[in-house]
Amino acid sequence: MLEDHDRAILRRLQADPSLSGAELAEMTGLSGAQVARRIERLTRDGVIKGQSAVIDWAALGFPLAVSLRITLDKTVSGGFDAFLAAAREVPEVLEIQTFLGRVDVRLSLVARDLAHYQQVYRARILSLPHIADIEALMDVASVRDERGLPL
Amino acid sequence: MIALDDLDRALLRALVADAARPAAALGRELGLSQPATWRRIKRLREAGVLAGRRLELDADAVGFGVTVFLGIKLATKGRVSLEDFERAVSAIPEVQTVAHVLGLYDYRLRVVARDLADFERVLRRRIMALPGVGDVEANVLLSEERRPGPI
Repeated sequence: MLEDHDRAILRRLQADPSLSGAELAEMTGLSGAQVARRIERLTRDGVIKGQSAVIDWAALGFPLAVSLRITLDKTVSGGFDAFLAAAREVPEVLEIQTFLGRVDVRLSLVARDLAHYQQVYRARILSLPHIADIEALMDVASVRDERGLPL
Repeated sequence: MIALDDLDRALLRALVADAARPAAALGRELGLSQPATWRRIKRLREAGVLAGRRLELDADAVGFGVTVFLGIKLATKGRVSLEDFERAVSAIPEVQTVAHVLGLYDYRLRVVARDLADFERVLRRRIMALPGVGDVEANVLLSEERRPGPI
């Protein structure tokens, strides 16, 4: 279970993962050793899974982001796994989520422009196995992006 | 636009997997000196490709057992300003992501909650109370994976 001091550390690290132990200590009123011990424990317990770099795909020449909401044909046994395995092979796919609801899978993908998207969609997406239905949503703007958890 | 060589690509992939590794360790793995690794990271940062770092937390372990993706359609377009909706939805702590999309829905939200009962509270009291909100579709997240993308 998280203690208040853990929460305080995680909140600040979420806001700025590059904070040093000394900076965190000053912000939370703990000693440097206490902060280090808590971070070590949170990491060992799997609460902190690590840090990842965030890539701006538009800056890399992929300004187009599309969400594909996919319904699968559930009458085929093993269809789900076959679909996921094939979707992992599409380089433009950034995220794969599975759901309980009206939609089974969401693929989030990036493209260089509409012509490129069209090409990926036709050549790679439509040939994925066991698709019953696809809806595409194009991202117009990110209003709020990837805020941390409300700890 | 910035041109990437194979070493840049390998560096980006390594940083997405673990952004906290020291440049010396990264360089050793890629066969680069520490200063050369630093120069490349600096260049990627200045080009806006490396847009920051994200702390990866186990949402379950910190008490957020439920993540839901919501598709929201505005009921009264024209009468409610998008800015009002966006401001109000961004102020809800459980809402992690807000994307303005083009297609079946107007907005995609990523929402976290402690459990399904807590999600129902957020949905009824906060989301349904937003100005102009119309149709809402909820899909409960079962699994999620991030892919390296086209690098």
